[in-house]
Amino acid sequence: MQFPRNKIVAVMGGSGSGKTTILRLIGGLISPDAGQVRVFGEAIGQSTSSKLYQQRRNMGMLFQHGALFTDLSVFENVAFPLREHTNLPESLMHDLVLLKLNAVGLRNAAQLKPSEISGGMARRVALARAVALDPQLIMYDEPFAGLDPISMGVTANLIRQLNDALGLTSILVSHDVQESFAIADYVYFLSEGTVVAQGTPTEMLMSEHPYVQQFVNAYVDGPVPFHYPGKSLAQDLGIGVAHD
Amino acid sequence: MISQLGHGVRAWLNEMGFAFRTLWAIFINGMGLWKRPRLITTQLHFIGNYSLVIILVSGLFVGFVLAYQGYYTLNRYGSEEALGLLVALSLTRELGPVITALLFAGRAGTSLTAEIGLMKAGEQLAAMEMMAVNPIQRVLAPRFIAGLIAMPVLAILFTAMGIWGGYLVGVQLVGVDAGAFWSQMQGGVDLRDDIGNGIIKSIVFGIAVTFIAIYQGYQAQPTPDGVSRATTRTVVISSLMVLWLDFVLTALMFK
Amino acid sequence: MQNKSLDFWVGLFVLLGALALLFLALKVGNMSSLSFNKSYSVISKFDNIGGLKPRAAVKSAGVVVGRVGDIKFDDTSFQAVVTLQLDERYKFPKDSSAKILTAGLLGEEYIGLDPGGDAKTLVGGDQIKMTQSALILENLISQFLFSKASEGSGDSK
Repeated sequence: MQFPRNKIVAVMGGSGSGKTTILRLIGGLISPDAGQVRVFGEAIGQSTSSKLYQQRRNMGMLFQHGALFTDLSVFENVAFPLREHTNLPESLMHDLVLLKLNAVGLRNAAQLKPSEISGGMARRVALARAVALDPQLIMYDEPFAGLDPISMGVTANLIRQLNDALGLTSILVSHDVQESFAIADYVYFLSEGTVVAQGTPTEMLMSEHPYVQQFVNAYVDGPVPFHYPGKSLAQDLGIGVAHD
Repeated sequence: MISQLGHGVRAWLNEMGFAFRTLWAIFINGMGLWKRPRLITTQLHFIGNYSLVIILVSGLFVGFVLAYQGYYTLNRYGSEEALGLLVALSLTRELGPVITALLFAGRAGTSLTAEIGLMKAGEQLAAMEMMAVNPIQRVLAPRFIAGLIAMPVLAILFTAMGIWGGYLVGVQLVGVDAGAFWSQMQGGVDLRDDIGNGIIKSIVFGIAVTFIAIYQGYQAQPTPDGVSRATTRTVVISSLMVLWLDFVLTALMFK
Repeated sequence: MQNKSLDFWVGLFVLLGALALLFLALKVGNMSSLSFNKSYSVISKFDNIGGLKPRAAVKSAGVVVGRVGDIKFDDTSFQAVVTLQLDERYKFPKDSSAKILTAGLLGEEYIGLDPGGDAKTLVGGDQIKMTQSALILENLISQFLFSKASEGSGDSK
């Protein structure tokens, strides 16, 4: 799989198809069993701790439910990477954090705690935190899951705008066809750990591949079966298989 | 069945190995924390100050009971004057470190485990990793060092409260002579052997309990069920560990 | 500010601990025995030291004047060689005697020093010549039984 610079690439597929695993491989949280993951030209996941941490400074990741630090305020959450990795004076940091929060529309929520804001807002704060150090690569793990339509629209908008404004490369893992297709430049479809289809969103909408068709059109049955595999109904009810 | 046994032993050894490697990582990362004392003091506040009430009150009541029971037994041999000595030695050598450690495991240990387990469940630790911040250094090591400092302090406070409690019951209530109470105590309690060894014990217990609590949280399954089991394991394993270590240390120290 | 009040409480916590430690050290423990005074070493040989242990007290007239240091065995005279660390403030005549006594009936053993009459005093490295070994309970009992037996046989004569 290739993720070119400055583009938004969506990785889609059903649950358990391996999408989150791809993100973890790129982030170096797990190592590949075979093959290699190269980020900015360098292999990742096989290096020592400090090298890995250096590589991670150029990446941002947005976890599924935000993963904000619950004991810190919104402001402190966004300030966290700045405090840990830079030596900026307090006033400069203060302004930077407010600017990042402003980009996601939550500047006035800076003093609230994560428990006091909604899920959608928490995810926006996490986005601000992920871009705090101006990374070159940013990964989104199910950014639309569980959001209301308004929040979904806001989030999709932010992802596209940030990508273009900051010159980022974005990798988007999602189930949501409508929002993802609206902002992605390229799409990979995964099923059970392998890439089954790839192309631009328009190509995918017109694809003849049965898995893509089922996914995009939300058919109930198809390559991803409705029934959990095993015995047939007739066998379970004990009818129609008489051997006399 | 033999192969199952072998497999079980291998799995246990693997777990032990990983645990020790984590302990080592915490130690190493703990060294680098001198530049950030604020992290440690925050934890010390949560672990130490919030345990004060239970430790002080328990110490007082243990002292009361020791004095009562001790008086009853000593009285039969006409040796009630040794009550001060009895209370002080019991507390400084054994009860102070051990009971404090058990209470600490229950109060601070479980909250450490739950906090870290829930951070893991909420992907906060993974998020930290992705932000190139080592969670062992930022989250685990400060709590470990804070526990290490808090335990001996709490044990000393427990012992002091217990002795005072023993004085209140023994002298004020039951009527043992105050002079005899303190002088027999001073004559028999050695600064190095009794008080010093008690402090060493509490430091060792502090290391054990804090590490077990942190490790269980770090290894917890990220589900409500997993966190609850992890906190249970913290209390059970810490308590057993404390009692076992107490036996070993007592045998080594008090020949 | 939250940080300042936090520092205060933590500082208070540690201070409380330090005070408690001070209380234990002064009121509870025997600080007086931790004498930082200089001491001089004197040796004495005993046939049997019983249960005497290092760091046991050396008392004279009931007052602690020193501590027992090393206890070694001399395999030429087959006696125990005990080193006494005596407080420099106290001088004893050269012909003082050392006895091994027991505190209480079944208590710990300590060394009692009885002064002699010599004008010259003990200095570091000297040896206390007159010693009395510890009373061993078993020897006492066998002595008692033996004397009882001889008494009985004497009567019957």
